[in-house]
Parts: sequence; C-alpha cells; structure tokens
Amino acid sequence: MNPTSPPTGRISRVVADLAPSAIRRFFDLVAQTEGVISLGVGEPDFATPWSFSSAAIGSLEAGRTTYTSNQGLLSLRRGIVAHIQRLYDLLYDPTDEVLVTIGVSEGLDIACRALLNPGDEVVIVEPCFVSYQAAVRLAHAVPVPVATHAADAFNPRAADVAAAITPRTRAIMVCSPSNPTGAVYSRACLEGIARLAAAHDLLVLSDEIYDQLYYGTEGHTCFAALPGMRERTIYFNGFSKAYAMTGWRIGYACGPADIIAAMTKIHQYTVMCAPTASQEAALEALRRGEPRVAEMVRSYDQRRRLLVDGFNRLGLDCFEPLGAFYTFPSVARTGLSDEEFCERLLVERKVATVPGSAFGACGAGHIRATYATGLPQLREALERIERFLQSL
Amino acid sequence: MTEHQRLELLRAIETEPLVDHAELAVRLGVEAGEVGAELASLEEAGVIKGYRALIDWDRLQTGAVHAFVDVHVNPEAEAGFDAIARRIARFEEVHSLHLVSGGRDLLVVVRGQDFKEVALFVAEKLAPIQGVTRTTTSFVLRTYKTEGTALLSATEDTRLAIAP
Repeated sequence: MNPTSPPTGRISRVVADLAPSAIRRFFDLVAQTEGVISLGVGEPDFATPWSFSSAAIGSLEAGRTTYTSNQGLLSLRRGIVAHIQRLYDLLYDPTDEVLVTIGVSEGLDIACRALLNPGDEVVIVEPCFVSYQAAVRLAHAVPVPVATHAADAFNPRAADVAAAITPRTRAIMVCSPSNPTGAVYSRACLEGIARLAAAHDLLVLSDEIYDQLYYGTEGHTCFAALPGMRERTIYFNGFSKAYAMTGWRIGYACGPADIIAAMTKIHQYTVMCAPTASQEAALEALRRGEPRVAEMVRSYDQRRRLLVDGFNRLGLDCFEPLGAFYTFPSVARTGLSDEEFCERLLVERKVATVPGSAFGACGAGHIRATYATGLPQLREALERIERFLQSL
Repeated sequence: MTEHQRLELLRAIETEPLVDHAELAVRLGVEAGEVGAELASLEEAGVIKGYRALIDWDRLQTGAVHAFVDVHVNPEAEAGFDAIARRIARFEEVHSLHLVSGGRDLLVVVRGQDFKEVALFVAEKLAPIQGVTRTTTSFVLRTYKTEGTALLSATEDTRLAIAP
C-alpha cells in the first residue's frame, strides 16, 4: 500500500465533490515560468496607501491587540454606515445591521450558511467570482447558474433569471461591477431582478466590492437602495479593491437585523472577529482614503481604455467594461478555446491571463485580463499578445 | 476636451513627459490629434512651462549640490516681498524660490557644483542683497523622495501571478 495515499472516504462528500478553483492550474503553470507579465491577478498593483498602514501600526504600538466585538469595532461600523449613507442615501443601524467580515468571501460564506437549507437553490449570474458556487454548495444548497453574453454587455436578461427560478429558489446572487467581466449592470437590469425578487419573495446577495471602481457617467446603482429592496438584500462590500487592501482581509455585510444576527452567530463561532489592526486600517481608509481612491480610479480608467483599445485593435473583440479592473475579450476568432489560448500565451509569450470558463461555462471563449498593472507592463503585454496572434 | 480630460492630460504629462501622444489619446478617450493640440495651447497659455527629467543625482560621482536657504528680509514699503524676490530669482544658482509662512520669509533652493560654491554664493551674493537680514543654509545630504517619487530602491511586486 502506498503510504502517502490517504484513506478514502474521510473527507465529507460535499467537499470531496467540490472542484478546486480552475484558476489553480494556471497558478502552478505561472509559478514554473520566469519573466511572466501577469494580467491574471485580481488585486490592485498599488500599495496600500501609507496612512492606512500607519494607522494599523499605531494601533499595534498602542497595544490594541485584543479581540474586538464580534461584529467589529463600533467606530468602524459607524464609519461604514456613514459611507453608505453618503454614497447611496441608504441608512443601516451600526448596532445590529452591519457585520465586519474577513473579506467579502467570508461574508458570502456565512450568509449562505445562515440562510440556506439543504436542497435550497440559489440563482447565480455567471460568469462570476470563483467562490459563489462553492459557498452555496458548502451550505448543502444548489447553485443554479444564469448565463450572460457579450452581446448584452454581460448584463443578465430578466427572462433568463426568471426561467432559473423554481419553488426551491431562496436567493439570487449578483455582482456589479462584475469580476471577471468588468460589466456594470444597468439600473433597468437591476430593477428587473428586483421585481423578480419581490414577486417570488427571494433574498438578493449583492456583492458590490467594486462599486467605487466605476468609470461610467450614471453612477453605481446600489441594489439595496432600489425601492423595496433594503429588506430583502444583503449588501456586501469591503476594502480590498478600491482601497488596495487585499491582504488586510476586511469586508462587511449590511442587511436586515435578523439576517445579520444569524450571520454573526456563525462568524463568532468560526473567526470571532476580523483582525483588530486591519479594522483600524480600514477605519483610517474611510476617514482619509477618498483622495487616494480617486487617484487610483483615474489611473485605472486610463489603463482600461488602453487595454480595451489594444484588444480591439488586435482583433480580440472586447466590450467596454465600465467597472472593476478587468477586461473580458473574446478569443473565439483565434479558433482556440479560452484554456488553450491562455496556456499557449503563457508558455509561448509569457503573458498570464485567466480563461473565462474558470468563472462559469458561459465565460468560455473569453479571457480575463486585468489592467491592475503598470502602463509599461500593459504595453509590453499587448506587444507580446500581438506577436502571439501573428504566430498562430 | 472636457475639464476632467484636461486635468488628466496634465497629470499624465507631469509624470510621463515622453509618453506617446497617440497612446495618451486612447487613455483619455479623445481623438488622436487632440492631445498635441491641447498641449500646444496649454504651452501657449503658460500652464505648461516645460518638460523635464527626474534625475537621481546621488547616483552620479559628479552630481549637483543643493541647499535650502532660509532667508529673512525686511520687505519694502511699496513692493513688499516681490521686489527682493525678483532680485534673488535672477541668479542662475537659484533653483527655486518661495515666499513661505513660518519662522522665515523666503525659502531659496540653491544649486551648485559643490558645497563651497553654494556656500560662497550665499555668503557673497545672497546675504549682501539689500533687505536680506539673515540667512541659514541647510545642505541636502541625501534625497529620499522628490517630486512625489521615492528615490529609494524600488519595491517588488509581491502579488501572486494568478489570483481570483
């Protein structure tokens, strides 16, 4: 018997059946290659603005290294509430409608566990962040994907969402601006989802982590701020993307008090509270981060145009993404599948991108390329992609 | 070009004066010819005074020496600080000159080949100017950050190459 082979059957069925993130394979490939320009990351290239970091250092120096309340520092929750009110004229009670989480990922996980019973269904708009399906499955529920298409700028059609709803449906998960497409759902599109949620008495899990990375003119639509939606929406956001704080792991969830209380129960039994120093840094980000965020957004906006223009010039059709820091061009013209394209581009020209199908079946034929990287790297990456396309 | 685009153009050109205009047009979302035309009109209007390189002189054996010189003056009855500032600004050795708040009146950055040249300039040219009552010279020994750019060794990109 092979001594390294573990006994079968000791991992729970739901975890054993969970496919590892499709991104993982590319990660291993990149790790073996030197000189790679990566358009494959899902995080800012900017360092955390130093005043945020120094706030955390200050809190360590002051000895604030103990637990905070399970829900997070009240000062931080108050700051979050004021921030949301200012942006969306939407008011939450910091005492029982806000929970500070370890990033949005934890928030989604505990929301699923707090809300879903085995066999419940959750409608998920795809392509989407890799953890949505997993969070639903780990809660012993069933993800039901709804496909979106480049022709609709990756906005979900109301009819498609409606067709996915069954008597077992409990919730709809949306993310706008979207990872991986960079799509921003139009207000009309979100209102369509709101009508379906009201008609079928569904909850809406709205991941708005990219709300401040928005390059359109009409402004971000906060789902919970739509008429009648506050009572059935859990609003997820965090500091990772807009404030360049991915490693600090601070997110938050806002919603009706009964749901936040249920989520807090799981949160207190699993992580107790978000790291204290990170919460202090997040509070500083809310207090003084605005100008830094504005600078980063302006920089992303220029890189966004450069990369989208570059792909379209090279014949890789790319719709104009209005949010986040991703482009999602089609590679169908090359005759390669998205996986073949990414793998060959990486091996032959050392540019890392992520196959669209990693984010759901309807992402096939596309690649995700981020512009959260410097202009020199973007220029070089476009040149390498051009040479790659010429060699096909 | 909108006001926002004009500001973005200036911000870009301030840090990347050599940038390709066609690329900049794409980044700003304007027509290809607009960048050159707008820059020309901003130069004409005196908003853009020039295009410069950011040089870390400390990396060279024969660099330049800079000193911050605090200058106390008796402002003149009519012209205030302006007349005396104009007299100081005429010297090629004066790199920059500001009227400032605080314990001194003028802050002068003097540039020269070596310490002695700068020190002698202050002693022989700056201090004797009519109206100057006192000077204090602080030589720059090392520059850590200038024009918003840190001159210390660059930080590495420690991000994972592929992340969700």
